[in-house]
Amino acid sequence: MKSAQLKTRGDKTGYLMSLPYVLYFSLFIGFPLLFSFFLVFHKWNIVMPMQWIGLRNFYRLFQDIQFFISIRNTLVFLVIHIPLQITIALLLAILLNQKIKFKGFFRALYFLPVIVSGVVITILWQQLYAYETGLLNLLLTKLGLSKIPWLIDSGWAMPSIAIMATWKNVGLYIVLFLVGLQGIPRYLYEAAEIDGARPVQQFFHITLPALNSTMVLVVILSTIGGFSLFIEPFVMTGGGPMNSTLSAMLYIYNQAFYFGHMGYAATLGFFFAFIILLVVLLQKKFVERKD
Amino acid sequence: MKKPLIYILLIAGGLIFAYPFLWMISATFKPEVEIGSIGLWSSNFTMRSYAAVFQKIPIGRAFLNSIFVSACVTFSVILFGSIVGYALSRLRFFGRDFLFGLILFTMVIPFQITLIPMYILMVKFGWVDSYMALIVPGMISAFGILLFRQFFMDIPQDLIDAAKIDGCNDLEILFRIIYPLSRPVIITVGIVSFMGSWNDVLWPLIVIRLQQLMTLPQMVTIFAVGGQADGQLGAQLAAATLLAVPIVLVYAFFQRYFIESMATTGLKN
Repeated sequence: MKSAQLKTRGDKTGYLMSLPYVLYFSLFIGFPLLFSFFLVFHKWNIVMPMQWIGLRNFYRLFQDIQFFISIRNTLVFLVIHIPLQITIALLLAILLNQKIKFKGFFRALYFLPVIVSGVVITILWQQLYAYETGLLNLLLTKLGLSKIPWLIDSGWAMPSIAIMATWKNVGLYIVLFLVGLQGIPRYLYEAAEIDGARPVQQFFHITLPALNSTMVLVVILSTIGGFSLFIEPFVMTGGGPMNSTLSAMLYIYNQAFYFGHMGYAATLGFFFAFIILLVVLLQKKFVERKD
Repeated sequence: MKKPLIYILLIAGGLIFAYPFLWMISATFKPEVEIGSIGLWSSNFTMRSYAAVFQKIPIGRAFLNSIFVSACVTFSVILFGSIVGYALSRLRFFGRDFLFGLILFTMVIPFQITLIPMYILMVKFGWVDSYMALIVPGMISAFGILLFRQFFMDIPQDLIDAAKIDGCNDLEILFRIIYPLSRPVIITVGIVSFMGSWNDVLWPLIVIRLQQLMTLPQMVTIFAVGGQADGQLGAQLAAATLLAVPIVLVYAFFQRYFIESMATTGLKN
């Protein structure tokens, strides 16, 4: 009982020690949230006085073809990136989970792009993707195949960025899947082997179901990451060719900091955040297995 | 699956991840005309690309800016994260559970919604083009608080009681008794916030325009995009390499901590 008494002693210390967060929250989370709700009803370029325009930002949004193109592009990115990432991460995680030597070395190697800044990766891959002099097309030519217009064709540009993003992030997901795989009890596989289940059956009936919570995590983390897609198109393509890599974040950035449409950009951010939450909730609903 | 096949696949994977980096480093030493080649070796290795970078942009200054900003952010995230985490896990006060719920809630808010208002706040504070804009908004992180809270929950109450009987107050308990036991969580929070801050480029692009205040990733981005590189591929790659090298060096020594830290952060989210 004595410990409970000591723990209870004084609300004051608790408040004092929470104070940094309360201040931080009010200033940098609470206020911006409220202010964004205020901004969406205004036209403002920071320099001139703010102008109340009611719902006109929303009218404009729903007629803004470029914005919907940018959302579509972001979804195209996700649709390529997520399945690719899960397949590769799962494959390499399963390989690493075997009884092999140099496990730590391989894991560290695959993880390397994760720790390097996206700017580095983007500048590097811009060279790898270069049409005439890029490493990838040089390799294709050497193999007797024809060159691929990675970044200069509007059909290829977004898939190219998705491949690059997969290369950058997959190491993290390999590690997450490894943690998940190591949590599956061995006896499940032993029992399945006695019942005569083939490796493929074991994978679909034991491994995949057991990894469900990891799968949900991987899907949600890569979705949130994918919706923030910005620096890759910003550096590589500037959103082109023909707007094919204009991501939603890049479009919002341009509206705010290139054109100075603060009220409208805040409206876009507001709307986009709801789309993100909606997509993540839907994913949670459909990917998560209820037991 | 057969062992040799596993190794072949793993090595193939390793090459796919490692070769582009090796190619990049080699390209930074090749003369411009030789960059478009598959191999790593050149008999004409030169430092010209690096000379061009150092001549055209104050990259040393950007490096120091980045170190300073990331160090301040990391120190502060650890300090305040542990203080608030301590309050949430070891103290009882009215509203504590509400506060905890609030912190969890903030992790769900997409940053896209607060980005523009945050920029306006920086303008109003007069923090645009100052270290304040780079540091202060990153000084506390919800995930830091949550990781500390969770770690502190498992510390035996006896230890804290004993310290209280010796007359320690809560801050003394935190720094003298709990900190020495908290190495793993401090390392985790430290690595993740340092990397987050070091690699961030969107926020610096928004709040910093003065060249002498730019962070390293920002300056490298602008160098590559803004035409200062005059289309010199070697110089762009050299700038990118200079941005990658510090963190890769640290990673080479502490890779286990990096991987574990990032994985726990992912799992806890």
